[in-house]
Amino acid sequence: MPAPALAVDRVWKYFGEFPALRDITLDAAPGACLALLGRNGAGKTTLLRLLAGLATPTRGTLQLERHRAGYIGHGIGIYDDLSARENLMLFARLYDVPNARAAVSQWLTRTQLARVADSPAREFSRGMRQRLAIARAFLHNPDVLLLDEPFTSLDDRAIALLQELLRETLGRGATVVMSTHQLREAMELATHVALLVRGKLAFHGPRPPEMIGDPTWLYARHGEPA
Amino acid sequence: MPRPILSSALAAAGGLWLIRNLHVVTLQLPDEAAQGAVYRNLFFHVPAWFTCFTAFAFAGLAGIAYIVRKRMVFDTLAVACVEAGVAFTLIGLATGSIWARIIWGIWWTWDARLTWALITCLVYFGYLMLRESLDDPTSRARISAVFSTFAFVSVAITYKSIEWWRTQHPGPVLDFRTGGGQIDKAMQSALYHNWGALMLIAAALVLIRMRQEDSRRELEALRRYVHAQ
Amino acid sequence: MRFARHVAAIAGKDLRAEIRTKEGFNAALAFAVVILILFSFAIDPTSEQMREMSGGLLWIVFAFAGALVLNRSFPRETPNDSLDVLLASPVSPPALLLGKTIANFVILIAIESLCLPLFGILYNMDWTRQPALLAATLLLATWAITVIGTVFSALTVNLRLRELMLPVLIYPMLIPALMAAMKLTTLLIAGAPPEPGDWLWFRLLIGFDIIFTLLAQALVETVLLG
Repeated sequence: MPAPALAVDRVWKYFGEFPALRDITLDAAPGACLALLGRNGAGKTTLLRLLAGLATPTRGTLQLERHRAGYIGHGIGIYDDLSARENLMLFARLYDVPNARAAVSQWLTRTQLARVADSPAREFSRGMRQRLAIARAFLHNPDVLLLDEPFTSLDDRAIALLQELLRETLGRGATVVMSTHQLREAMELATHVALLVRGKLAFHGPRPPEMIGDPTWLYARHGEPA
Repeated sequence: MPRPILSSALAAAGGLWLIRNLHVVTLQLPDEAAQGAVYRNLFFHVPAWFTCFTAFAFAGLAGIAYIVRKRMVFDTLAVACVEAGVAFTLIGLATGSIWARIIWGIWWTWDARLTWALITCLVYFGYLMLRESLDDPTSRARISAVFSTFAFVSVAITYKSIEWWRTQHPGPVLDFRTGGGQIDKAMQSALYHNWGALMLIAAALVLIRMRQEDSRRELEALRRYVHAQ
Repeated sequence: MRFARHVAAIAGKDLRAEIRTKEGFNAALAFAVVILILFSFAIDPTSEQMREMSGGLLWIVFAFAGALVLNRSFPRETPNDSLDVLLASPVSPPALLLGKTIANFVILIAIESLCLPLFGILYNMDWTRQPALLAATLLLATWAITVIGTVFSALTVNLRLRELMLPVLIYPMLIPALMAAMKLTTLLIAGAPPEPGDWLWFRLLIGFDIIFTLLAQALVETVLLG
């Protein structure tokens, strides 16, 4: 059993008097892909924000190498006034990517943005912006990827790119944690699932084989309507 | 003691003490040689400012305590203290203006201490405005704690820097500032008595306001529960 | 070293975006010029009185222009949730704040260096008699405005009415610095070398800058992380 790439230990998060997360304990091993499931307001986004370091838990501890993590949140997280190359160069510097220039060019090619690399991002189509955001998250070869609803609102090309990159990343032993509503896309990748119900962990473990045929199987078993 | 009873008891004790002091100030103490009867304003003006500084100091400490410990009770204490402090600031400004109109012949002057009091007042009104425009209780607590720390430091620096201007306000007279001899013993004691009474009333206000703030947060949490269902 | 690299990357990003759009710069400069012109109606621009009011006028103009620049500092990060992506990256909140403060400082200094000669021409004032000390005053007091203003831009970024709240909150706190800057500027434009008592105002500015820079650095994590 390898040491977990990330571990959440008895974590609580309050907003005022409201417990958004209640006593969450879970972990994910290198090479695992953990799908966070649950309804809106169940605490998926809150948990991912804690893991990404955007908020601190009220109680409990989190363990992960944060500078080796990549994050895609609800927003696309790019600067419209900067070009695609400048966007990526900024994050290459912040993440101390070696050979930043070469790495950025390589990712621009990979995401098919090389042709428009020096135009400001505000001129990009929706799909191009999404691919730029994906390049930004994978730029530093992260060991942990934290994705909040990654497939929502992506176009087909971006979904294909993201799935390809996730497979590749999982293949080299990185860990992926993603919250998602798109059960079918997620179940192709997920090795583990965690179900949050009103801030509590209702299920955490390897993905039940039943979920391949019927992704909503877990919801039915654990009393949470889809 | 349950908090509602405690706050009522404090308010009642403060009120009775204030009546006793009014009796001493108006019927027992003689008129002051230079100012006549109006000097009695001093017994409310000075204790009101002392009470307000005490409240702001507690608010500053509560803000720092929140930043360190992240416990909501410190946020509740901070907002209650600021609101009580602002109430006493208004008493201080009003009594000061009335006295100035009679002794100096003007309602207001840009003297160092007056200017400073006005700035302090503005800074803490800003604190209350800031709170009102934040909906999530946790970020409200965080943001206001940081603001109150900045406010506290800035008010202290402003106090020092503004003193370098010429000042018209009467200097300190109480023994703890001057080493004694500037003020009649009976008058000084009446002044301290009134400070005590105002502090009790302020404490009662703070407790009442803390209960309100607790209820407000409970309501906000219940609302979130409803949305989360 | 890493801290300095991150600060430079963030400052560079903000300046690059500002140079590209010039939105904040143009708005603040236009506003400053309008106030400079309006003021000629408030007081006879040729009188000796004008010389005595020069410091006050200039710093009211700079403080107003500053609020326009600062109001765009953290809101620049909100459209695509870019702030989340920055905070999830290895850049520490103090480095992020310092980088943005430096960018605002450079923009405001640029506006001031255009306003000063314009002021000299419009009000027939020779402002170059004590250039070194005047420059020192400008740098110190502008840092005071930007260091408080940038952290307050972060404080108010999610507020309703934030564009109104920022000036209302920062001006009362800036009074000691503005007071010192006004005194010194009037004195230095008049051309007299400072008397021993006047160094007090320099000491006040330096102390103000140090205290609030440290305070902002110490508290920014509480401001940015939920």
